[in-house]
Amino acid sequence: MSEHHHKETFVTKYIFSHDHKMISKQFLITGMIMGVIGIFMSMLFRLQLAWPEKSFTIIEAFLGPHQTDGIMSPDIYLALVTIHGTIMVFFVLTAGLSGTFSNLLIPLQIGARDMASGFLNMISYWLFFISSVVMVVSLFVEAGPASAGWTIYPPLSALPQAIPGSGLGMTLWLSSMAIFIASSLIGSLNYIVTVLNLRTKGMKMTRLPLTMWAFFITAIIGVVSFPVLLSAALLLIFDRSFGTSFFLSDIFISGEVLHYQGGSPVLFEHLFWFLGHPEVYIVLLPALGITSEIISTHSRKPIFGYRAMIGSIMAIAFLSTIVWGHHMFISGMNPFLGSVFTFTTVLIAIPSAVKAFNYITTLWKGNLQLNPAMLFSIGLVSTFVTGGLTGLVLGDSALDINIHDTYFVVAHFHLVMGVSAIFGMYAGIYHWFPKMYGRLMNKAMGYWHFWITIICAYGVFFPMHFIGLAGLPRRYYSNTAFPMFDDVADTNVVITYFALIGGIGQLIFLANFFISIYRGEKSSQNPWNSNTLEWTTPVEHIHGNWPGKIPEVHRWAYDYSKKVDPEDDNSDYLHGKDWVSQTVPLLPGEEQS
Amino acid sequence: MLALFYIFIGVAIGVSFWQITRILNLRGVIATDKDNDRQGKYFILFGIFIYALMIYCLIGMNVLMLPESASYEGENDDLLFDISFWMIGIVQFIMQFIIFFFTYKYRGKKTNKAKFYADNHMLEMIWTIIPGVVIIVLIGFGIFQWTEVMYVDEDEDPILIEVYAKQFAWQARYAGADNTLGLGNVNFIDETNNPIGVDMSDPASLDDKPVTELHLPKGKKVLFKFRSQDVLHSAYMPHFRAQMNCVPGMVTQFAFTPKYTTEEMREQSEVMDKTRGINKIRSKKGEDLYEFDYVLLCNKICGASHYSMQMKIIVEEEEDYKRWLAEQATYAEKL
Repeated sequence: MSEHHHKETFVTKYIFSHDHKMISKQFLITGMIMGVIGIFMSMLFRLQLAWPEKSFTIIEAFLGPHQTDGIMSPDIYLALVTIHGTIMVFFVLTAGLSGTFSNLLIPLQIGARDMASGFLNMISYWLFFISSVVMVVSLFVEAGPASAGWTIYPPLSALPQAIPGSGLGMTLWLSSMAIFIASSLIGSLNYIVTVLNLRTKGMKMTRLPLTMWAFFITAIIGVVSFPVLLSAALLLIFDRSFGTSFFLSDIFISGEVLHYQGGSPVLFEHLFWFLGHPEVYIVLLPALGITSEIISTHSRKPIFGYRAMIGSIMAIAFLSTIVWGHHMFISGMNPFLGSVFTFTTVLIAIPSAVKAFNYITTLWKGNLQLNPAMLFSIGLVSTFVTGGLTGLVLGDSALDINIHDTYFVVAHFHLVMGVSAIFGMYAGIYHWFPKMYGRLMNKAMGYWHFWITIICAYGVFFPMHFIGLAGLPRRYYSNTAFPMFDDVADTNVVITYFALIGGIGQLIFLANFFISIYRGEKSSQNPWNSNTLEWTTPVEHIHGNWPGKIPEVHRWAYDYSKKVDPEDDNSDYLHGKDWVSQTVPLLPGEEQS
Repeated sequence: MLALFYIFIGVAIGVSFWQITRILNLRGVIATDKDNDRQGKYFILFGIFIYALMIYCLIGMNVLMLPESASYEGENDDLLFDISFWMIGIVQFIMQFIIFFFTYKYRGKKTNKAKFYADNHMLEMIWTIIPGVVIIVLIGFGIFQWTEVMYVDEDEDPILIEVYAKQFAWQARYAGADNTLGLGNVNFIDETNNPIGVDMSDPASLDDKPVTELHLPKGKKVLFKFRSQDVLHSAYMPHFRAQMNCVPGMVTQFAFTPKYTTEEMREQSEVMDKTRGINKIRSKKGEDLYEFDYVLLCNKICGASHYSMQMKIIVEEEEDYKRWLAEQATYAEKL
């Protein structure tokens, strides 16, 4: 890709930029705004869950016609959980996480001038922006936004008579997601092509940092699975608007038999989850890749088991495409499938365990620099273990019977996505903020942010497992209809307090982020003494990343604390310092790691 | 309007924060040895917090949990669950300890040197194979148990009951003397006379008995057949370790054998503890006291009143069940 010496206007620099670094910031800011909306919604419905009969002025203020005297309606409760889930999974943790870091890091870490197609990259962002706008607009529809859960199973999502949000709200949701999927696919294609074709001289695939492996494989999973969601959405649009019966059959509602014949909601579930399961690994793998990078850099040690880490990413990616049925154990599908999916699902625990053990071994005998980025990465390891272990229970079909769709599931997926993946995103932001903005974020605020967040995250989601085991279903507007759940009410209050404090605590991060952009301490070229290529570019961004030739790569990314005598941990550093950039050629007699 | 007020407050807080930080020193950006020391120690404190939280939830919240399985098939579900939970519990306590301890022990000092330790194939093998073996055993047990629960041997001649779901109520019918459910379809629905759409021309329908609450005989296998009228619902009977989606256009099924009558369950110490806890809360609020009953809940989002769809289930001795069933009118008698 050659340099274009065009005259930059405000519009071409900040709005319709083709530069991957600007596009990554656009993804980040949009993702953060959507995140604020998503977390605000969760705080509203947590108020309802803790104090179902209490009136709240904030509910009165924000929910307009969907509340009475400060108490939200059951319909809008379901809409809030639906949109919360949709925004967090797709807009924050897919576009916000992959969109930001794949865009920022891929060209920089592989040694390329920019993505394979800067133009398509720009389109990918603007489609994401438009889909975000459509999703937010759907909140203001009179009958309410989509309310059938983020999983939008028909017939509930197909029939406005079944729930008001399945009218215009659902139409807008589907439109938004169709545009979102287009954005995601274009982005993923760009990432794959760039990683395969534009690596600099010496950057063999086996010298790529683990972030690259994670983003690359994530993009492949995306390309394989997102189109299936698009097809499910299209078929649903057909059922909703053109009278087809892909997912609908034998329905009597609002006093009449509907015309649909022959379709099955279970088909939708298969199509949805064929994306839905890989989607959660699309969310998680980039966070795990970022964690590898940050833990090794801040431990001043190579990531333990580099090849095993690559193998694990591939195994997780492959297995993730054949486990979707574990969301459907009691859907009414043939029980034989239940056995098949239990088998494949529980296998995923193995590469996941390998990754967790490898992170921990990287910490062992390290020289841990406990910057906020590192704290979030260590926090991710902790919450990933906690959340991942309960996956072993849920993936076992016989056990899933009694915990399916209870708060046990909600606790599990929040710990692995809502906490672990978000921690990966935060860690990435703290770590690569100097690369994005040429300044550093404040560490005191970072420490406060971390501790408040992790304490509240565990406070919210750990007890939640137990109310799930008590039999409490999810997506319940209130527990007051069942006296048998009266004794979990106190736990719901405690969870809500942690959630409110945790939610408000994110303001510290937002303040730190935005203030540091303008008033943060200016960064040096390589503030973390990291080996990877992105730290060899100038602090002030230039198109094409390197002012002269792109550096040539001679080694992998993890030569930290390499010693003169490999057997003696206290001998001198081989290159005189505890890090060796990928661009440094091997010393005579030095072995490749 | 009020929303604007809140937004304004939010902006005001943001701006004041911004202004305040202009006075503050935003310097201090990269962790020093002192930071590492302090944060490392915080991890130990945090570890203690996490242990306390986990122990409190595991022990203190025990009274909230479901009592022992009220179905025979569920006994092995619970055994598998206990084994799995003990296993993941032990792993969890060990791993969290290691994570927090390592963070503390290896907290950075400028004078320290990290160990260059890139891989160890033996170690990798060990922690791939051992989890692999444990997991294969768990899967084996799980798949066996799943097969036991899900495949119903028709030779056992279970009692057939149809449970019918609609927004927002459960209805049911018993198969009557011929133990065969008559055909049903939404096209036969007449909201006053035939709310669940039974095909009255099918001879098997005439002895079917529609009911408003479920009575089940202790010790006899019951096979539930599920239908839904409108959207997805899910028949969740947690005490029996039973759940199955109700899908419009499909008949789904689930079977179990009740183990304890409602009376027997009410005398169980776990149930009595839980009931006591619930009634303490209810009497403080001036509500009627709760007496344990088995219950059928809806567990798949189905619309506004998803949270209140329920049907009472009573398990009784076989003679009592037969007496109750005899009192229920058949469709033939109703016509």
